[in-house]
Amino acid sequence: MSVAGVTPRQAQLRPDLAAIAEMIPDGARVLDIGCGDGALLEHLVRSKKVDGRGLELLQSNVNHCVTRGLSVVQGDADRDLAEYPSGVFDIVILSQTIQATRKPDYVLKELLRIGNRTVVSFPNFGHWRVRASLLLNGRMPVTRSLGHSWYDTPNIHLCTISDFLSLTTETGARIEKALALDGDGNTRRLSANAWKANVFAEGAIFLLAKT
Amino acid sequence: MAEEVSEKLIPRFLRPLKAPTENAGHALQLGPEQPLVLDSGKKITPLTIAYMTYGALNADRSNAVLVTHALTGDQFVASTHPVTGKPGWWNFAVGPGKAINTDRYFVICANVLGGCMGTTGPGEIDPATSKPYGLSFPLVTIRDIVRTQALLLDSLGIEQLLCVVGGSMGGMQALQWAASYPERVHTVMPIATGARHSAQNIAFHEVGRQAIMADPDWRGGEYGTQKVSPAKGLAVARMAAHVTYLSEAALQRKFGRELQDRDAVSFGFDADFQIESYLRHQGMTFVDRFDANSYLYMTRAMDYFDLAADYGGVLAEAFRDAKARFCLVSFTSDWLFPTVENKRVAHALNASGASVSFVEIESDRGHDAFLLDEPELHEVMSGFLGSAAASKGIK
Repeated sequence: MSVAGVTPRQAQLRPDLAAIAEMIPDGARVLDIGCGDGALLEHLVRSKKVDGRGLELLQSNVNHCVTRGLSVVQGDADRDLAEYPSGVFDIVILSQTIQATRKPDYVLKELLRIGNRTVVSFPNFGHWRVRASLLLNGRMPVTRSLGHSWYDTPNIHLCTISDFLSLTTETGARIEKALALDGDGNTRRLSANAWKANVFAEGAIFLLAKT
Repeated sequence: MAEEVSEKLIPRFLRPLKAPTENAGHALQLGPEQPLVLDSGKKITPLTIAYMTYGALNADRSNAVLVTHALTGDQFVASTHPVTGKPGWWNFAVGPGKAINTDRYFVICANVLGGCMGTTGPGEIDPATSKPYGLSFPLVTIRDIVRTQALLLDSLGIEQLLCVVGGSMGGMQALQWAASYPERVHTVMPIATGARHSAQNIAFHEVGRQAIMADPDWRGGEYGTQKVSPAKGLAVARMAAHVTYLSEAALQRKFGRELQDRDAVSFGFDADFQIESYLRHQGMTFVDRFDANSYLYMTRAMDYFDLAADYGGVLAEAFRDAKARFCLVSFTSDWLFPTVENKRVAHALNASGASVSFVEIESDRGHDAFLLDEPELHEVMSGFLGSAAASKGIK
């Protein structure tokens, strides 16, 4: 799934994934939804000794994960999360995937149900480049973190950081930590007043819990 | 204990037909002091378990892989079949350097209880009567079959399997292993299977059984003593079953509406179409290597399989004590054990907290895809087994 801003796997963990990894306590039970080729999951299993599981849509990615020794189920976040029992995971991760789901609000509620904590990262559609592209060119934005044309993008439910903040309120999620990501993968704490991040951050990572 | 045997392993009903080859494998013989008590409450004694092994058991006995065979499979997973002379049924998967690498793993495959390739079954002689068991052979279940495999491991001194892997009825056995002996399996790989036999699958089996029993030469199962064989009924059973192993796309691709050795239809009931000729051939060759009563017993064992039923109807409960890592595999065009049945198992395993991988492989070859050289299956098997071996420190 991980469709926005995909980069080839490197020995070094991608900065946004590294920032997520820092939020995961050692030995946690982790479910990575849209785990892609398993880069983050493998890192967590190796260096944080987590009990890690993955759910991934693309068959080739699942096969790759299995050969890496990871426990990954081929499936679809929109359909298959209902099968997971409540509260069985310490942390559920949804990295760069929520914007590609059919029902982001439903998926978020399911994440909060399955995990005691939830990490969600997504590209920020409120970034000034995106705004400028639409405003000045009158065309659907294609940027480095959103590299698809409008007709072939898997990102069917893009949102801004402000949009996501209101979704967390609607779904009754408590924000435990929020980070803004810049284009080089640097993170900074997202303040309560997020208008600045909503313009200047290319993406965001939220650590959520049920209220 | 295990001993080399030759003639014994050729099923009795085939002994006049073919001579045993140089490698008919091994057999474990358990005497009256070790009767096998079945789910039905009945006992089988003495018990013979015919099996093949490939590769070498390592010093700490940690590299054993049990391959469990399907309905009409046998222990000759990677060696020439002693009756047909054909290569092993999973030759592409098992062997030196292959996915189930016999340079690295010690591979065991045993003929199932009730089978007809040397393990005790309805075609073998009942010592009480000195005649073939026939229908006096007790009904056996998948759990009974797995019990015999556990006895075999005991005799080989293997405490825990690195992996139990099998497709279709073999996959049922793999799942049963995880439920019956959770401590004895490090990893489990059920392929193209389900935790229960569906109504549709039972229906097809019933068609096959009725075909056998409708053959006048079946003689109420007593054909073994009357020098006849219900070959026609068994062939029809195989033909019907064979269709369920394929897919419409594969049939269309292989045969379409092509005619067999003729330019026009014959306006009769000859095998006008290639598909008819193919099915007839499948039926005819099958009877040379399989016993009709055994077919009745094996199909019944599959029909009775409902793993959840043994655990209050909750499949996740069957895996409550499972410590193994699982890797489930299904094929897109398999309508006998469709992806949804395999996924049901994956979800139950998830719910029980087990560590599970699930892979659906794109193939138009139907249920039989698991027996064919599917590169993706090869990759998944070798990767999964490789990581299992690495976690056990097996070189």
